[in-house]
Amino acid sequence: MVRLMEITILRGEESQSYKVELENVTLLSVLNHIKTKIDPTLTYSHGCRSGVCGSCAVRVNGREQLMCEYKPSDGDSVEPIRNVRVIRDLVVDSTIVERFNTLATTWSETSSNESVSSEAMERIETQSDCILCTSCYSACPVYAVNPDFIGPFALTRVWRYVNDPREENGDSKMATVQTNGIWDCTLCGSCVPVCPQMIAPMQDIRMLRTKSGMLGYPDPTMNFGGGFDLGGWNF
Amino acid sequence: MSKVLIIGSGGAGLVSALSAHESGAEVIVASKTLPTRSQTSMAQGGMNAVLGTEDTIENHISDTLNSSAGLGDESRIAFMCERAPEAVRWCNSIGLPFSRNESGEIARRRLGGASAPRACYAQDYTGLKLLHTLYDQCLKAGIEFKNGRFLLNLITDHETNRVLGATFLVIETGEVEEIRADAVILATGGYGNLYGKHSTNSVQASGDGLAAAVRAGARLADMEFVQFHPTALKGSSILISESARGAGGHLLNANKERFTDELAPRDVVARAIHDEMAKSGAVYLDIRHLGEEFITHELPQERKLAQIYEGIDPVHDLILIKPSAHYSMGGIEVNTQCMSSVQGLFAVGECANHKTHGANRLGGNSLLELVVFGRECGNKASEYADMHPAPAVENSQLVKDTNFVRGVMYFTNQIDFYQKQEMLANIFYNNVGLVRDDMGLKAVLGAIRQMQKELPFMGPRDKSKICNTNLVEFIEFGNKIELAEIIVVCAISRVESRGAHYRVDAPQRNDRMFGAHTITWKEDGVLCADFMQ
Repeated sequence: MVRLMEITILRGEESQSYKVELENVTLLSVLNHIKTKIDPTLTYSHGCRSGVCGSCAVRVNGREQLMCEYKPSDGDSVEPIRNVRVIRDLVVDSTIVERFNTLATTWSETSSNESVSSEAMERIETQSDCILCTSCYSACPVYAVNPDFIGPFALTRVWRYVNDPREENGDSKMATVQTNGIWDCTLCGSCVPVCPQMIAPMQDIRMLRTKSGMLGYPDPTMNFGGGFDLGGWNF
Repeated sequence: MSKVLIIGSGGAGLVSALSAHESGAEVIVASKTLPTRSQTSMAQGGMNAVLGTEDTIENHISDTLNSSAGLGDESRIAFMCERAPEAVRWCNSIGLPFSRNESGEIARRRLGGASAPRACYAQDYTGLKLLHTLYDQCLKAGIEFKNGRFLLNLITDHETNRVLGATFLVIETGEVEEIRADAVILATGGYGNLYGKHSTNSVQASGDGLAAAVRAGARLADMEFVQFHPTALKGSSILISESARGAGGHLLNANKERFTDELAPRDVVARAIHDEMAKSGAVYLDIRHLGEEFITHELPQERKLAQIYEGIDPVHDLILIKPSAHYSMGGIEVNTQCMSSVQGLFAVGECANHKTHGANRLGGNSLLELVVFGRECGNKASEYADMHPAPAVENSQLVKDTNFVRGVMYFTNQIDFYQKQEMLANIFYNNVGLVRDDMGLKAVLGAIRQMQKELPFMGPRDKSKICNTNLVEFIEFGNKIELAEIIVVCAISRVESRGAHYRVDAPQRNDRMFGAHTITWKEDGVLCADFMQ
């Protein structure tokens, strides 16, 4: 016999529980079952059901998940991702995608058509796997307090273009991430485990910092608190 | 400045947006989702182009033509194949991270029906990476996006048969708005989701653009041709890319024996699987011999999805598969300028019929088509808009659609449309699927006509104005029902077998009677169909 599974979903101010008789299916399948058989007012986003369109990120028991890749168990609690305006139930406003990618100029400026080795292309393989599900912004404690922070996915995308072996003008992007960007990140790493595509934005931000230093941008985190910074070692 | 409205934000929409923008038009892209969430993200296999000396453009043309089973237009296929190398180079120049071969060139792999390896790819994420690269370029160009706009109808001036814009449901607020433009490009994707759980497609592929086009008086072509992908996961219809077979994967029957040429065109392989399933009960895809390293590196999505959805690891286990509805060859009939039979209304990508796929699409040609014809379409639409500014005339469409959205809330809800939608998907898979016959098709037609009559007794049960996805899904269901009738009427009329359309009661191809396109349109709401060259 299939056991009854109870799933609780945060809908606005209130939570609602649903009991379903389903086993070994994804959370998205459970929600589709609820919407089409139990409660058509339940509202959520979905698309490809195979982890590439980035529509269905939510939080389950306090952790970001794609509904189409997560297998729920009895007692799970589902809520919308954080740090964004909730439109209804699990649907959130996604304007951060356009806003921060534009702000951070996450695009190719000029790219050459010369041959590139396989190894060189692999440098940006993982970063270009990003599906813009925005889970990383939901998990980011800096973005939670600074709504102007160019957060994880946009910075990963900047690194993806700066580090692209074909890119001829990538360095020009470094200026756009100096303020409210790479130096505001605390390197806490909260964005890393929540990425469904195994991208590590924190690592990419470190790389951007190193690159930034190589290009002569000052490192504001190197200022010693108070007093004069003479640019050398202070004893 | 002339204004071009693009509806749909997948690969075809974004390529034409960039091209119309370059041609000097003001561009607005309206779409029911965020651009990166469209179905293009799901394309895995690659984009065909002849780049090396081991292959020729003539071969690419003849493979495409052969696969099209007499319904491909040779000059348009040649147009596409000749521009393919330039299209791939363009994608590379805007940043699409193609995989590379040992000599550092863009790597190519062989897909079914191809006489040489010519699908340029980015691991098994070709569509995803293409779509995101295009989106980034659109942001660079400052193109205006209106997301969360669900297309209701095209605005047309019936006197002059000319498009003036479109009406949309703003999903978040529940309001209806109109966007006027000098030219409109439909890039709304296919209708594969009619097959529901028997389709590899995104839930978004409900054919909204095609339904709106036919209501606006446009002609559709070859709607009965729906491609079934041979290898989707049995339980969930999640796609396992053709590259798995291209790399040497085997198809096995219930006795674990091979039974067909794995690299024949998709229609042939899919039917062989269908027959074998009927005979031996099950068909598996076996890629175990390709090795863990290859599978992890070249087919990472497939491995992950098989683990999630079927609970098996393709490195060690056989993958239980079935053919699933995958691509809509049929679409809005367009001329060489990508314009439909309505003046100023253009169409591109899967929602259009450029006559390049004919009765059966070759793997790797859909991404190619959307890039080549996307660039062409954006350019032509912009040219048209410049030369023929839309007149600022009164039109009642906005009022009609506002009233419809208000009125639909009062539909009686005695019948559950989700249940009917599931039934439609099942009868389509069984009777309008890989194998068809007159009686089965007519039974489906009867069921569809019944559903059409019952629509006022269905309706959204959610009465909220804000972000009402139940309402959106009901209107999508209406679009599916509208197209379902057309598809079945076409399938009944074509009493022969050709490409993806296989009739057990007429298994031979009959060029004398049916060597032509099935054209459908509506006159005063009445469906008309005819075969035309």
